[in-house]
Amino acid sequence: MTGDTSPPDLTRRRLLMAAPLVVAGGAGIAFWRMLSGMRQGSFDPHDIQAPALNRPVPDFALPDQLPGQGFGAADLRALKVPVLVNFFASWCIPCVAEMPQLNALKAKLPIWGIAYKDKPADALGFVRRAGNPYARIASDLAGMTAIDWGVSGVPESFLIGPGGVIRWHSAAALDAATAHDILLPLAASLRA
Amino acid sequence: MKAAMRRLALVLATLLAVTAGLSPLAAVAVDDPSEMLPDPHQEARAQAIGSQLRCLVCQNESIEDSSAGLARDLRHVVREHVAKGESDRQIMDWMVGRYGNFIRLKPPLTVGTVLLWLMPVLALLVGGLVALLSFRRARGAGPAPLSDDERARLTDLT
Repeated sequence: MTGDTSPPDLTRRRLLMAAPLVVAGGAGIAFWRMLSGMRQGSFDPHDIQAPALNRPVPDFALPDQLPGQGFGAADLRALKVPVLVNFFASWCIPCVAEMPQLNALKAKLPIWGIAYKDKPADALGFVRRAGNPYARIASDLAGMTAIDWGVSGVPESFLIGPGGVIRWHSAAALDAATAHDILLPLAASLRA
Repeated sequence: MKAAMRRLALVLATLLAVTAGLSPLAAVAVDDPSEMLPDPHQEARAQAIGSQLRCLVCQNESIEDSSAGLARDLRHVVREHVAKGESDRQIMDWMVGRYGNFIRLKPPLTVGTVLLWLMPVLALLVGGLVALLSFRRARGAGPAPLSDDERARLTDLT
C-alpha cells in the first residue's frame, strides 16, 4: 500500500501529522507564559486597565477630611511636582496593611488621601492610628468621585504628574518593591 | 412544632425565590425597591443596561446581580442617567470612559477581540474544508482496476 506513495505525498502527510503538535505546543507555550506572568506579577487577569491613565484628573470638589486640609481637581491640576493620590477607607483591611509602606514613602513623595465611603469620624480615627501618611485628605462619602476616577475598590493609588495628569495607577496595596522599582523612579522622571 | 413551622416557611420562601428567579417577569435584582425607578419602562431599561455591566468587585457578576457596594452605586448611576433621558449608548460610553471595556460583559469587536468573535466562523470554515477534502479523496481514489492476472484468478475462483 505505502510502497507506491510518492515523496511529495509523504511530506504532506507528515506535515499534516505535525500540525496538531505545533498547535498544541504553541498553546502550551502561551499558557506557560501567562502562568509565569501571573507568578511574577506582570500579568493579572483581574486587572482593570484604567482608562484614566495619561488623562488629566476628572473634575471633583470634596469636603475636607480631618485632620488634613482637603483638595479638589483644581489643586491637582495646579501641581508642579508629582503627588500620589491614595483612595483608602477605615473599613478596608489591605489599607491597614498598606499604611507602613505609605508612611515610609511620604518623605520621598507627597501623598494625598481620599477617604472612600467612610464616615469622617472613622476615617479620622484610622488616619491617627496609622500615623497619618497624608499631606492633604478629602472625604468622598458618597463614593461618586471614586467612580469618576475608575476606582473599583480600596486601596487604589494614582501617581499624578505636573498639570494633574494621571501617570500611573495601581489597584492593589502598595508594597516596598513596587514603590522602589516602579513608583519612585517614575516620580523622579516626572520631576525632571 | 414552632421550629418545624419555621423550617417549612423557610423551604416555601426558598422555593418561591427560586421560581421567581426563573420567571423573567420577576427579575428584581435591586436590594431595595426604593432604588427602582417609578416608571416601569425606564426601570426595565435600567435593568437591561445594568445586566450588561460587569461588577468590578465580583467580576463575573453583572451590577444587577451583585450586592457589592460599588455595584449598588453603579446601579444608582445607571438609573440617574436613564431618568435624565440618556440613550443606552451614552450610558455605556460613560461607564467605559471610567472603567474601560472590561466593564462590558459583552466585549466589543476590536482588533484585540477579532479572534474571539470570528472563531466560530473560522472553526466552521476549517471544519468544512477538512470534511470537503476528505470526502473528495474518498470518492476520487477508489481501488485500482484489476490487472489481467487478477481478473484471470477471479474467473478461476468463481
